[in-house]
Amino acid sequence: MAQLIKNRTATLDTWKTLEIVEDETPENVELPTGDVIFPLAVWQARKAEIISCHKRIGLLIDSNERIEDVADDLEYFVVIAVNFPKFVDGRGYSTAALLRQRYHYQGEVRAVGDVLHDQLFYMQRVGFDSYALKDGKDVVYALQKGFTTFGETYQAATDQPQPYFRRRA
Amino acid sequence: MYKYDAIDRQLVNERVEQFRDQVRRWKAGELSDDEFRPLRLQNGLYIQRHAPMFRIAVPYGMMNSARMRKLASISQKYDRGYGHFTTRHNLQLNWPKIEDVPDILAELAEVEMHAIQTSGNCLRNITTDQFAGVAADEIIDPRPLAEILRQWTTFHPEFAFLPRKFKIAISGTKDDRAVTWFHDIGLHLQQRNGEVGFRVIVGGGLGRTPIRGEVVREFLPWQHILTYCEAILRVYNRQGRRDNAFKARIKILVQALGIEAFTKLVEEEWAQTKDGPATITQAEFDRIAAHFAPPAYEKLDEPELPFEKSFKNWADRSIHPHKVPGYAAVTLSLKKHGVAPGDISAEQMLAVADLADQYSFGELRVSHEQNIILADVKKSDLYEVWQKAKAAGLATPNIGLLTAMICCPGGDFCDLANAKSIPIANAIQARFDDLDYLFDIGEIDLNISGCMNACGHHHVGHIGVLGVDKNEAEFYQVTLGGRQGNDARLGKVIGPSFAAEEMPDVVDKIIKVYLEHRHADERFLDTFDRIGLDPFKNRVYEGRAHGKAKAAQPEAA
Ligand code: HEM
Ligand code: SF4
Repeated sequence: MAQLIKNRTATLDTWKTLEIVEDETPENVELPTGDVIFPLAVWQARKAEIISCHKRIGLLIDSNERIEDVADDLEYFVVIAVNFPKFVDGRGYSTAALLRQRYHYQGEVRAVGDVLHDQLFYMQRVGFDSYALKDGKDVVYALQKGFTTFGETYQAATDQPQPYFRRRA
Repeated sequence: MYKYDAIDRQLVNERVEQFRDQVRRWKAGELSDDEFRPLRLQNGLYIQRHAPMFRIAVPYGMMNSARMRKLASISQKYDRGYGHFTTRHNLQLNWPKIEDVPDILAELAEVEMHAIQTSGNCLRNITTDQFAGVAADEIIDPRPLAEILRQWTTFHPEFAFLPRKFKIAISGTKDDRAVTWFHDIGLHLQQRNGEVGFRVIVGGGLGRTPIRGEVVREFLPWQHILTYCEAILRVYNRQGRRDNAFKARIKILVQALGIEAFTKLVEEEWAQTKDGPATITQAEFDRIAAHFAPPAYEKLDEPELPFEKSFKNWADRSIHPHKVPGYAAVTLSLKKHGVAPGDISAEQMLAVADLADQYSFGELRVSHEQNIILADVKKSDLYEVWQKAKAAGLATPNIGLLTAMICCPGGDFCDLANAKSIPIANAIQARFDDLDYLFDIGEIDLNISGCMNACGHHHVGHIGVLGVDKNEAEFYQVTLGGRQGNDARLGKVIGPSFAAEEMPDVVDKIIKVYLEHRHADERFLDTFDRIGLDPFKNRVYEGRAHGKAKAAQPEAA
């Protein structure tokens, strides 16, 4: 199990993520009850059904999927999990930045997949606020060091919309 | 030159501590090799043939004497007393220990230097014209905007894990000297109706698929350069290929979409962020530009230069016109015959630092041709500068000539190499060691890469030499007619490749064809453009079945 960091504390993850296994398709997979994070394809195929039987809905978006495709649905999601299949696949940073900066999504944006200590600082900057730290990695150390690597930043980003040059005295 | 403020300093210091911690966790097994690799690359650390290789940034080529002295001492303390200037405003050390790199970074930070993003699939060091701010043909000094871009690229959170490396070059002159047509983004500063802006070029690159960049925007007012670059990068970050490293550069995306469709995506993206907070303010521009204010030039007359032949030879090659009367920009050659092109010893670094202090306001530049520039030398001091440079082995009068070649580290150091490149460079230098002959041949760029990654810019050499692998043996393919500058283009392959020992003869034959055919005042390139490839090809392959390699060698890769 990945270890969840949320609001800069280690937290218990109350969500389960629907996985599609062999022989299942987004159309026929059984929808579990409870707080579920649904893959984008399942959401697209079964939107009405999901809305009718789930109060709290999560979305899983993979690195090759486009947030634009569900831009009109964002209000339904309590959490959007952005998957990093490998930590060097940087597409999720743009996904999170778009969610926050363009679509002004206010819910939880969670990094899942190959989420490692040394990417937390950047993830926080683009707009993630929860992180499923990869199994076997040191959560305590991540909390201690991972978010405070740099005390200042040059660029405008989600966490600081004003670039440093506009904040100079 | 730009001086760090408290924040700039804090950030590089924090970077040193971050990397120290990463090295520690890697040694402790908390970070796997795969997890550590991109982290060390983004701090300039490669693992190569003999040892790690460490790449230090010289942002847009600007240096001063204190930095050069620090590099000298680092190269002595942690390496073997020399370094290698690359084609991208970086200094490479060939033999450091990984464990020492955090300490090296800490020492670099003392003189406002770093190795941030000098490697890896991220926004790399910004490069520009080595004569920026002093060139007589300059329209706009690119350095303030280069510094603004440097800060923007530094730890950009959204673009630290791109599909592939990303290189930006800026030029502010009529004659492009920054190879802008062959960068991921090339920027030409220009003036239009009194307004300053950029021509924005994307999708150029050398490497195994050399492509000349294309214009995405003819004119972009300078205030928008950060938002516009962000739009380009966002499109690339999301859509660039990640399934195949050889097809991951932005040039492949631009080719796949076509420049119109790509431009449309960028413009749509930009429409959303245009005029946002990342738009550069005049106050910020002025603050940065103040760092590049001209030094205290004296009012000087044009002096009469001494008429000593060897001085004159050197001055003819090494002096670049300066915009202030009585001053000149001087190129110190790192292309001494018999030495690896671009290599500089610690003693030479110290000599260069002294020269900068005595004759050039303490400042220095490095060029993408792998030489060092003293940008502000009084012409009346030239003779002294020459004598001191000569004593330090830095006054080979070959700038712009055949033996001042660009050359990558090649098979002597690089794991990716098909063939060695330094010995080829040295063999050609030995063949053309006669200065009168070298001068007679005139201006010519010879560029050598040890493999198709093209670190030695072979595609844009008038003569390009590329190491290829034929059944495990080292061979060299020759191209002619490539060039950098406004009319940048790729060279044409002359035919089947050659063995190492043939190379000096091959170059000699090419030169002979030129000398026999040239009209008065024609440079090599002019003659080549007039007579075409065939006369060269015929001579080089004379006595062989036409167009065939000497023995029954398998075809080149
Ligand atoms: C020995 C360590 C080095 C390694 C492993 C290395 C690796 C590479 C690779 C793989 C590419 C191809 C990138 C692509 O096509 O996507 C490349 C391109 C390039 N490298 Fe190097 N390189 C090394 C040293 C150097 C040095 C010493 C220089 C300068 C002399 C240099 C400058 C460049 C330039 C200018 C390009 C091509 C331009 C472009 O990116 O399109 N590299 N390098
Ligand atoms: S061109 Fe090839 S051999 Fe030369 S440094 Fe680059 S990767 Fe190595």
